[in-house]
Amino acid sequence: MTIAPDKPNATELVVPEGHVKLVIDGVEVVAPKGELLIRTAERLGTVIPRFCDHPLLEPAGACRQCLVEVEMGGRPMPKPQASCTMTVADGMVVKTQLTSPVADKAQQGVMELLLINHPLDCPVCDKGGECPLQNQAIAHGRSDSRFHERKRTFPKPINISTQVLLDRERCVLCQRCTRFSAQIAGDPFIELLERGALQQIGTAPEKPFQSYFSGNTIQICPVGALTSAAYRFRARPFDLVSTPSVCEHCSSGCAERTDWRRGKVQRKLAGDDPQVNEEWICDKGRFAFRYATTADRIKRPLVRDRETGELRESSWTEALQVAAAGLTAAREANGVGVLTGGRLTVEDAYAYSKFARIALHTNDIDFRARPHSAEELEFLSGTTVFTNPDNGVTFGGIESAPAALLVAFEPEEEAPIVFLRLRKAARKGTKVFHLGQFTTPAVEKTLGTLLACVPGAEANAINALPDHAADVVELLSKPGAVILVGERAAVVPGTFTAVARLAERTGARVAWIPRRAGERGALAVGATPNLLPGGRHVANAAARLEVERTWGVEEGSLPATPGRDTTGILEAAASGELSGLVVGGVDPFDLPDPALAEKALAGAGFIVSLELRPSAVTAHADVVLPIAPAVEKAGSYLNWEGRRREFGTTLEGTGSLPDCRVLDTLAVEMDADLFTQTPAASAADLARLGEGAVTGSSLNVAAPLVSPAGPGKAVLATWHRLIGNGSLQVDEPHLAGTARPVVAKVAKTTAAQFGLETGGHVTVSTERGAITLPVETDDLPEGVIWLPTNSGDVTVRATLGAGHGSIVSVSGGSSLGVKS
Amino acid sequence: MTQAPENTVFDQAAVDRAQAIIARYPQARSALLPMLHLVQSVEGYVSQDGIRFCAGQLDLSEAEVSAVATFYTMYKRRPCGEHLVSVCTNTLCAALGGDEIYSTLKSHLGVGHEETAGEPGTPGSITLEHAECLAACDLGPVLQVNYEFYDNQTPEKALGLVQALQAGEKPDPTRGAPLTDFKQAELQLAGFFEGRDADLDGPSAAPESLRGAKIAQERGWDAPAMPDNAEFPALPEKK
Amino acid sequence: MVDPLTPVLTKRWTEPRSWTIETYERTGGYTALPKALKAHPDQLIQQCKDSGLRGRGGAGFPTGMKWGFIPQGDGKPHYLVINADEGEPGTCKDIPTMMADPHSLIEGVIITSYAIRANFAAIYVRGEVLHCIRRLNAAVREAYAKGYLGKDILGSGFDLDVVVHAGAGAYICGEETALLDSLEGRRGQPRLKPPFPATSGLYASPTVVNNVETIASVPFIVNGGADWFRAMGRDRSPGPKIYSLSGHVTSPGQYEAPMGTTLRQLLDMAGGMKDGIPLKFWTPGGSSTPLFTAEHLDVPLDFEGAAEAGSMLGTTAIQIFNETVSVPWAVMKWTEFYKHESCGKCTPCREGTYWLVQILQRMVAGNGTASDIDTLLDVCDNILGRSFCALGDGAVSPITSGIKYFKDEFLALCHENSSKIGASTVLAGANA
Repeated sequence: MTIAPDKPNATELVVPEGHVKLVIDGVEVVAPKGELLIRTAERLGTVIPRFCDHPLLEPAGACRQCLVEVEMGGRPMPKPQASCTMTVADGMVVKTQLTSPVADKAQQGVMELLLINHPLDCPVCDKGGECPLQNQAIAHGRSDSRFHERKRTFPKPINISTQVLLDRERCVLCQRCTRFSAQIAGDPFIELLERGALQQIGTAPEKPFQSYFSGNTIQICPVGALTSAAYRFRARPFDLVSTPSVCEHCSSGCAERTDWRRGKVQRKLAGDDPQVNEEWICDKGRFAFRYATTADRIKRPLVRDRETGELRESSWTEALQVAAAGLTAAREANGVGVLTGGRLTVEDAYAYSKFARIALHTNDIDFRARPHSAEELEFLSGTTVFTNPDNGVTFGGIESAPAALLVAFEPEEEAPIVFLRLRKAARKGTKVFHLGQFTTPAVEKTLGTLLACVPGAEANAINALPDHAADVVELLSKPGAVILVGERAAVVPGTFTAVARLAERTGARVAWIPRRAGERGALAVGATPNLLPGGRHVANAAARLEVERTWGVEEGSLPATPGRDTTGILEAAASGELSGLVVGGVDPFDLPDPALAEKALAGAGFIVSLELRPSAVTAHADVVLPIAPAVEKAGSYLNWEGRRREFGTTLEGTGSLPDCRVLDTLAVEMDADLFTQTPAASAADLARLGEGAVTGSSLNVAAPLVSPAGPGKAVLATWHRLIGNGSLQVDEPHLAGTARPVVAKVAKTTAAQFGLETGGHVTVSTERGAITLPVETDDLPEGVIWLPTNSGDVTVRATLGAGHGSIVSVSGGSSLGVKS
Repeated sequence: MTQAPENTVFDQAAVDRAQAIIARYPQARSALLPMLHLVQSVEGYVSQDGIRFCAGQLDLSEAEVSAVATFYTMYKRRPCGEHLVSVCTNTLCAALGGDEIYSTLKSHLGVGHEETAGEPGTPGSITLEHAECLAACDLGPVLQVNYEFYDNQTPEKALGLVQALQAGEKPDPTRGAPLTDFKQAELQLAGFFEGRDADLDGPSAAPESLRGAKIAQERGWDAPAMPDNAEFPALPEKK
Repeated sequence: MVDPLTPVLTKRWTEPRSWTIETYERTGGYTALPKALKAHPDQLIQQCKDSGLRGRGGAGFPTGMKWGFIPQGDGKPHYLVINADEGEPGTCKDIPTMMADPHSLIEGVIITSYAIRANFAAIYVRGEVLHCIRRLNAAVREAYAKGYLGKDILGSGFDLDVVVHAGAGAYICGEETALLDSLEGRRGQPRLKPPFPATSGLYASPTVVNNVETIASVPFIVNGGADWFRAMGRDRSPGPKIYSLSGHVTSPGQYEAPMGTTLRQLLDMAGGMKDGIPLKFWTPGGSSTPLFTAEHLDVPLDFEGAAEAGSMLGTTAIQIFNETVSVPWAVMKWTEFYKHESCGKCTPCREGTYWLVQILQRMVAGNGTASDIDTLLDVCDNILGRSFCALGDGAVSPITSGIKYFKDEFLALCHENSSKIGASTVLAGANA
């Protein structure tokens, strides 16, 4: 007789705390409490068909496709249950379509009902080939139809915005789109209309689906009901090659999937990255990619002909030789400054940084192609440069924060995915405070509180929080609270100082969230006047030595004094104190003073421009070197969290070269070795440097006294909108159609003071020029006028030479337009 | 928004009423259904202007208001006549003659479902509709004019009623108030009854409603007598 | 022995100007309220439980138990919502109650609110019954004027506000969660349960939703006690019940009788079938309850009796049809109703009713085939228990029960059709 060993069954499942044990199709499974059955089954490898279910949306239970049989406490439930709404429970026994004839028939029945009114237009439907309805109909549906009656018909697709089309016949009314818009984006501009069999998705008349996130509804539509005007009829999914990519537009660093065919990008989709963008992207990230294929893209190097004075196409060899000779001469004269712009990959920015130091022997390099300040640089180089997802604020950190204070930061316009996370957090209880000028849609949609101040008074407002808003300070003192600072902080002296003090007082963590994808990376690799790669200060001899040794350059050869910032470089070039410029992808009209930029470009002796398309720089460039757009190269961005977002080449073999390669070759012509022939080489070279020792900022900029604007004048508030005149948004008319209306905003009292009428126009002017545009009233502080920085005809910097906090003249305007 | 928007028929009185509706509820959005009735009392239907008015009063998107306005049968998409005639054609009333009443009125007025005979809003104009069960089955077949009941109808009676309406008469409903018009009815549905106290009159109940109670009276039937002092149960112990 | 008719709720209706507060007070109204306000709220809940009162809106859920589900001391506001969205075909008991005796409902509302600790109550009345809404509003004003509503009611320290809310034409709003969404100013589409209204109802706060007849019974239970109430009806379905007789009966109307009364007894009192034409089919509690026939005349009409006989008590809306009425036609008309009233939220109900109507219309028009009957039953099977709420279940009741008892009539329509077109010809569009 054998005795059974006295030990527990080895296959017995351990049920950890907070978990339950249940049986699905005869298999025991442990699941966390609160998990939906449909997800538990999926983890077991059983896909229960579904339409309305989406893991990031609240359960609806509307389509009834995911019905399963459930037994609780040994008693079968009388009806099949929707597995997308029912959570797991201990001792539950679940039978899916695999083991339950009842569930299988229920699913087939629902499928049949979904199909009775569905048109048979799969052959011309964009979704065909990637359509959950098509796939599930094949897997779970009948092979014939018993429906012989009249199908419900609607007029074929209607535009619900310039970008999104709706085909109501195809719609299965799962409400993913309306739930996304209401829950995730907070833009309830599409809704269920009518009732019963006539129920349909729709908008209010003359109120299109103007949401920055509308494209997500197309992606999550489980049928071909929502399609994109830009992609419609352009490809079949099975003809497309899909390449994982990272969005190049803002500092969020969203995971994307780029679908292309025959060397041409057809569309972009949101990638799934729970830590960053979850499954969402903004419409700019999704729809703005044709800038890389515009007719005017520069494909060959250009050299300015000595005789004609015109640019002409040249060979790479000639262009590089001319560039090298010109830069060498300029370097030997008064020197060369480097402006890199904010859109570079880490690898490309590193090449500029190294190129400046070892080929041009200068620290005159700055990535900030926008208003900036020394205070900002001090903050970034002492604090921000050392933050990363392990020690700093993250998307997840925002979601779990008890409170968030937003300083000079417009999340929906500047970093839309940060906005979505803030909204998600707010819906779960995070208190959001916006230090700004009026109740923007983002304030409302983050259930936030506006702390309004006059432009320029932000620092004062922060300093006054303990006295005037003790509750805010108290909330920010809770563990996990965050302060998010935007790029506009640089134009208000004292803001970073005030933020740093508030952070010190409360213990809240600070994140700097720039608009552009390349800014954090450029900071990290030392594309700044005061830093070498890894946050090493140029003035620190030990730090320099470290870099010199790793780079294999002569000890003591790196310039030891901090260089000029962007404005300094421009002023020096304009006055002849610098003899040359290397400009990588900078639009002079983004600079704080476009007139100075124009002067600098005219005054600089020798200009090398690395560009994709002609810009205002091109007219002055001596050599134009074409470079690759993001889609044609590999690399990485450092997003605002300091998280590395690496991507490979989507379109191979186009012959275009990344900046790092161009600079590497140019450096060789100048007898310097960058070792950045490829993005991988550049990354490897950068990795050898590692990070420098953490320093810290010493910020002590006083908050300015803001004086009244004076009669006939107002203080200008301004920031960029997500969809506007950005150079990466060219050739996207459908996207452009979803831009927010271009209007000025003033307080009602201010409107009265200036004699402005509701629905009328206002003229805003400086000595440089004037802009006339429609005016609306909103809850701005008195004596303040808001304009979009760069939308439509309104180009605040180019026309007015003004910015946030500038004093402008205001008068009732008669006719539309821009006068300069 | 407590001031009247510009360029609409929704004047300060409408805004004041909208605000009064909002004040009835713990949360403002609950006011939407009565507010849409208010809109109909102004315009005789829910216009785009009316949707904008509600959206403005309640800080909702127009799509959100449209979603609600298109869900409910009583919100009309096109201007209604002076009177709305609703004929129950649900199974029971239909079997008792409701279908015939509806087709009689249809051919007399020369209109179909939710269509108006005459210029909407003018005296004697009539919007016809067939309605679902109106909760007066013991009085079937029934029809309503501006949601007032006309019980135990026949095609002849209904035709006579409609002809009278067209002639500007306002025959009394079987139960309840003197007949007014569609807009006035909608104002009352929005909860405004000022100056219409007499509207409460009419019989306590239809004879049919009283049948059981009358039979019981006649036959001396009644519910068991109540005890003089019914005690409450002891306070249950807290679990 | 209890009398065949037991007028409790309907008794006052025979009074002249029964809707006024004067009549109400003169006939014993507002005598339960002061008693209730002196009791502990939990005593009232217990009394309601003891009385065995079950919801009169159709489902028959024990009312006291529903009140007891409201969490107490949770710091959230509580709400009472009266479901007066009477729209189930055949149902016509709540409207006359509110029209003739609105104060019995209001007194019940005050007592119930006190029991569940609610300070705001809404009466959601379907919009199409203007006179009823008018009288309810007037009654609420009268109750405020007399201090039965408002602050510190009768010096008890208890506050209550009541609003009469007019719906706008949607049968689905009789479903309690759809009603709550509608009352919140949304499309009246049912909500996911759980969470149940008891914990997350109106404005996501604990809410009791009760039918008019249920709450109007409360003052009588307070005055008479649980045992008095239980003296009527049957053990598990106690109390009086308003039976609404309509259709082909000599004297249609409201008959308030003890629970468990049979149709045979009711027909006796109502003078029998109209013109002596025999009974063919009837609904025990509205069109959503499966049809009965003459063989069910002796089924005791209470929750258990109706269920045991294969139907449901529903709203005791007894629609009586004689032999002149075609079952397929009646079923088609009801199905048209459900299609019109389906809210659209879920696939089975929205698409299923759309399909069923077309098959039935085709059959009634004489273009059906025998296989259509199988399709009807199979589509019904795919709706029943698969839809989001009970509307889908109700929609298939007339069809499945109609075919169950009167299949020959459906087949006869198809035979006419096949003989019309010749047995070998397959009808275009049918069974192709």
